[in-house]
Amino acid sequence: MFNRDRWKEILEVLTKNWFRTVLTAFGVFWGILILIILLAAGKGLENGIRSDFDNIATNTMFIWTRSTTKAYDGLPKDRDFNFKIRDVSLLRENFPQLRFISPRNQLGGFQGTNNVVRGIRTGAYNVYGDYPEFIEQEPMMITRGRFVNHNDIEEKRKVAVIGQGVVRELYDPGETILGSYIKIQGVNFVVVGTYRKSSNDGNGEESQKQIFVPFTAFSQAFNRADNVGWMAITAKDETSITSMKEDIVSFLKGQHRVHPEDQRAIGYFDLFEQFNRVESLFGAMRFIAYFVGILVLLSGIIGVSNIMLIVVKERTKEIGIRRALGEDPWSIRKQILLESIFLTLISGMAGISVGALFIYGINAILDMNGPVDMFANPSVNLGVIMIALTILIISGLFAGFIPAQSAIRVKPIDALRTE
Amino acid sequence: MIEIKDLHKSYQMGSNSLHVLKGIDFNVEAGELVAIMGSSGSGKSTLLNILGMLDVADSGEYLLDGLPIKNLNETKAANYRNKFLGFIFQSFNLINYKTALENVALPLYYQGVGRKERQEKALKYLEQVGLKEWSHHLPSELSGGQKQRVAVARAMAAEPKVLLADELTGALDSTTSYEIMDLIQKINDLGNTILVVTHEDDIAHMCKRIVHLKDGVIVEDKKIEQVRASQYVQ
Repeated sequence: MFNRDRWKEILEVLTKNWFRTVLTAFGVFWGILILIILLAAGKGLENGIRSDFDNIATNTMFIWTRSTTKAYDGLPKDRDFNFKIRDVSLLRENFPQLRFISPRNQLGGFQGTNNVVRGIRTGAYNVYGDYPEFIEQEPMMITRGRFVNHNDIEEKRKVAVIGQGVVRELYDPGETILGSYIKIQGVNFVVVGTYRKSSNDGNGEESQKQIFVPFTAFSQAFNRADNVGWMAITAKDETSITSMKEDIVSFLKGQHRVHPEDQRAIGYFDLFEQFNRVESLFGAMRFIAYFVGILVLLSGIIGVSNIMLIVVKERTKEIGIRRALGEDPWSIRKQILLESIFLTLISGMAGISVGALFIYGINAILDMNGPVDMFANPSVNLGVIMIALTILIISGLFAGFIPAQSAIRVKPIDALRTE
Repeated sequence: MIEIKDLHKSYQMGSNSLHVLKGIDFNVEAGELVAIMGSSGSGKSTLLNILGMLDVADSGEYLLDGLPIKNLNETKAANYRNKFLGFIFQSFNLINYKTALENVALPLYYQGVGRKERQEKALKYLEQVGLKEWSHHLPSELSGGQKQRVAVARAMAAEPKVLLADELTGALDSTTSYEIMDLIQKINDLGNTILVVTHEDDIAHMCKRIVHLKDGVIVEDKKIEQVRASQYVQ
């Protein structure tokens, strides 16, 4: 295949009619360009949406209690109940597939009243009582100091990790933050760390204005006893939380003497399911990109096939001479196929290059003008390029197949007679 | 070199069939220079095509240097043509985008001869036909006589057992024709077996034996006194 004479001939044939070759090549070029751009645009949208999910452990559900709607086991309906801290260890024992179980408590809330005081400054922030594992479920960048650790939990230390937004509002620039005290609903906490979250969704601002304190210290300081506000549960990667949620919910119903058919008593939110819904949207987008791209490419391929047929027709006599001189039919077929693949591949690679250049340009513009909602870093990876090249080679083969057959179908004696 | 026994060939022309060769028996020894003559429609080209494995006989035997030529698939036929036969055509049939040298080297390329050796050999044969200094010209830059010389060199390049020439002077004026025949005679003098299909008497008489075909049968087969073409060439 890597034979100098063969390649020389391929180039001779293809350059003999420059204009026609370029026009033919353009069809393939255009098809692959559109495929690449569509895929890149889809990827850009995907990246944009995915960055909203950030690095959140997506195999996660949130679960909380509401009041019962059915009387059960001697207990009346409309009963309020709470998860207890022992539910966490029970879940851990009964569901070994779970990776993290973080009980949480919360103080304050969106547009709540001012609950945090430092000197003469006040602010309204969400205050959470958390376990150290929580940072694995909702990643944040610790910019100073540290996050809550197990010693804090054991000793019920009154320490706090505060967001950049809190720092901005409660501190002067340049002030020492670590070791300073803030008063949360009258209780003093020492700041041991600051964080920043890198989400750019709607409540980006809000997510920088949170305060995390040890769960145990929270319970003690704000009189929550052994109650748990809600739980964030993450399953191990090999099991999906969606498949486990029914079991978890009915287990907790059993623990809290809730009627098994009470749909209202325990509420939950399945992040994984939501995420998968978005994932399938990405899948659909990719499918459309490939579908449209390949259809456009197909028309280019048909163009190549068409031209190859004409080339073969023009060369009928020449092929006859070659066969009389003893070139075997396979060699001729190979020649036509290689010409077709070569033409397809070259024009396809030109398409890929121009597509890459285009994507590079878009990225440069995006970088200059700052981030855009729901669109970030459009790109195609090496895998897609490989797929595109494979498609090209296969389609080149297909485009050359019929012309190659027609080249050797003519008997040499008839081919010699044509003028 | 060539042995043919009771060769038949007919073509289907619509509903009726045309019986072109009606039992040809014919032998050629090594080193012969044979002219096959006949008017058009006598079957001489068909005979040459069958001898050249470009066409297949309906029945009969064909032995080439003791090798039975029978039931060949295209690949095998191409292989045999390449190894055993050299073709010279009326219309030269050079490949017009290849230089004289590349044209001559083509049969060697199909044999898988290395590039360098191929070019050396091709140049040697071009020299033999007196066109060494034209080796890098395209066919379009050569005269008819020169083109036919290149074609002769090409036919010789693979060192075939038999050269088959189909009306090789048909497209040339008489002076050039004699030059080509002179070349053919010289090649024959070296011991090559050559079959020439022609309808020109003077060309036929430059061979050593004339076979007359008429309506698909051999009507006359005689050895003749060869007329040397060199006397007509300055």
